[in-house]
Amino acid sequence: MTQSHPDSPSSSQSVRKNHTLSVLVENSPGVLARISSLFSRRGYNIDSLAVGPTEDPDFSRMTIVINVEDHALEQVIAQLDKLINVITITELDAVGSVQRELLLVKVSTDDKTRSQVLETVQLFRAKVVDVAQDAVTIEATGNAEKIQALLRVLQPYGIKELVQSGLVAMSRGLKPGSISED
Amino acid sequence: MSNETMTGASALVKSLEHAGVDVMFGIPGGAILPAYDPIYDSKIRHILVRHEQGAGHAATGYAQATGRVGVCIATSGPGATNLVTPLADAQMDSVPIVAITGQVASGAIGTDAFQEADIRGITMPVTKHNFLVTDPSQISKAIAEAFHIAGTGRPGAVLVDIAKDALQMQTEFSYPKNINLGGYHPVMEPTAESIRDAARLIAESKQPVLYVGGGAIKSNSQKELIKLAELTGAPVVTTLMALGAFPDSHPQHLGMPGMHGTVAAVTALQKADLLITLGARFDDRVTGKLSTFAVNAKIIHADIDPAEIGKNRRADVALVGDLTASINALIPAIKNEFKKSQPDLTPWLKQAYGWRERFPLGFDQPSDGSVSPQYVIERIGQIAGPDAIYVAGVGQHQMWASQFIKYENPRTWLNSGGLGTMGYAVPAAMGAKVGAPDKVVWAIDGDGCFQMTNQELVTCALNNIPIKVAVINNESLGMVRQWQTLFYNERYSNTQLHSKRIPDFAKLADAMGCVGLACETTADVNKTIEKAMSINDRPVVVDFSVFKDAMVWPMVAAGTSNDEIVNARSLAPIWDSQEL
Repeated sequence: MTQSHPDSPSSSQSVRKNHTLSVLVENSPGVLARISSLFSRRGYNIDSLAVGPTEDPDFSRMTIVINVEDHALEQVIAQLDKLINVITITELDAVGSVQRELLLVKVSTDDKTRSQVLETVQLFRAKVVDVAQDAVTIEATGNAEKIQALLRVLQPYGIKELVQSGLVAMSRGLKPGSISED
Repeated sequence: MSNETMTGASALVKSLEHAGVDVMFGIPGGAILPAYDPIYDSKIRHILVRHEQGAGHAATGYAQATGRVGVCIATSGPGATNLVTPLADAQMDSVPIVAITGQVASGAIGTDAFQEADIRGITMPVTKHNFLVTDPSQISKAIAEAFHIAGTGRPGAVLVDIAKDALQMQTEFSYPKNINLGGYHPVMEPTAESIRDAARLIAESKQPVLYVGGGAIKSNSQKELIKLAELTGAPVVTTLMALGAFPDSHPQHLGMPGMHGTVAAVTALQKADLLITLGARFDDRVTGKLSTFAVNAKIIHADIDPAEIGKNRRADVALVGDLTASINALIPAIKNEFKKSQPDLTPWLKQAYGWRERFPLGFDQPSDGSVSPQYVIERIGQIAGPDAIYVAGVGQHQMWASQFIKYENPRTWLNSGGLGTMGYAVPAAMGAKVGAPDKVVWAIDGDGCFQMTNQELVTCALNNIPIKVAVINNESLGMVRQWQTLFYNERYSNTQLHSKRIPDFAKLADAMGCVGLACETTADVNKTIEKAMSINDRPVVVDFSVFKDAMVWPMVAAGTSNDEIVNARSLAPIWDSQEL
């Protein structure tokens, strides 16, 4: 279920797409539960969620990727903004922000394929972080497209295990509202 | 300035006093017990209820009747979980209440301790905000913030859960003078641009309707609303949550819209070219099938909650802010626009008032000679008058009370509109009477609802809270039965309550220290109501035995278009051809 209200006369035929929200929250217990509970009860699907500390220990930063129509995005932002512990919400577009995911992937290798896999790692500017007899473990960071491309190339060798972080993102240049030092 | 040292419990009670609390409803228990010791000495009146749900609804009734924040208090575990329904109820209807709950000692949290429940987690989706306090020095801050959050912006329910050891430990007390919540800044004033745009739309509209919701009560907007209505000349509809926000007797009033609204109100919304939406939220019970709701209307949406804008229906102009402030800003802007041009509403008003005249609310007398429930409710309204407070449960009797009692003043009609909580009436009436002791308070209840929470009549009898309860007894879950009649081939699965036989409501009332009366004939209705009106030293319960097959009309069936309104079974209004 989404908030698109297909039967509303005012709902435009807009399409769902990924939106990246950078949400500054108070670093207090239960904040993550409040946000996930809000998304769950309002029927918004989270594509990815990453939480971590910020430059100020009183606040945490969440990067949330959701797949909704533009109209629903306004609702998501308005509903998020009602949470008392949410301080600011910024939508980050792909051009105006740096967006990264972290991937750890364990790929099957043997004497024949190892060098090909290592070549792929080079090409993608990824890193090998562990080597075993029958597998190498690769660490890669990048935007979603790069990570997906790397996985496509590695797929034929056999992916034994895969773990991926949520997307983290930051606007390019100075933060809005911050003061320039120079 | 040196701060006084005291227990967390004393700090809690002192904080409640600082917050201006004069009464709270609750029940003690293990985890909250430390707080009950200083409550014993406090000037705050504590009313010992018989079930925590009663405490919650009483706080809600108090808040709705007075406009102040209502307070309830309970212990951990089951005490706290019993508050979940009233918290959800108050939150849905934007009623400001604060619930205080005891929690097991901080060291025991998470161990499945005796009477432990994660009430903060449980109530997250049904409160505006909630707190878990484990440090006694944080109690006063949490209470101050809770009252601020509950009572400002769009009001709502706030829960403060306090660990037992935090209540027992010593702390230095100081009540915060300023509240600074980084993420909470309700917008109070609409932007000048939005006001100008709204005024322009109003000046262009030939078929406007003022669609007034519960926000008009919360914002105390009656005076301003009347001014706005008279300035624009537009017809007015008031939703279930807004009855009394605009006088029923006002010539521009078309009644209540929605599933059981008047034909005139429903149709005026459908045919309007502009809805001036004031503190209403396009609830499904008002819009019917959304895609067919007021398809030709532009929307001005005034609400204090930005998340309501565009939630169900896209707004052409959004006025985010306190409703009274928005109306006050709109009035001069409209006057300014009207100087340039003022539309002639005469044809529209003729049409709208014509619908009102042709399709008035009404009811048939029962064919079997039994008492008409609508007649009973109408007579209570006429005898007690527009200064009384009417508190309904949920179901047919609620709809009839919304239709056949005439409301002239805000805060005289209390009901559970959003959550639809059966059992709301008796405890909410108790809270209303505590908040407004000089007013006559009538609970209009059903026999189903009454059996859910009537134990609070004991609380009323013991605490000198003389409410009056009309049990509209059709010995069934009437609204469900009505749907079974209309949509389930009259297969009455589990809606027969047999409550004309068991229990004997008058005897039950007697046993609870109230006066119990029974009325079984139409001839006795007036004198029974008069008798109930004459008893003011005790609560009164009247068992009105009524016609079982009475139905609520008009009706827009769930999920259908408002255009499908029927004003009696299989009887759609007959329109002039040019109207459709």
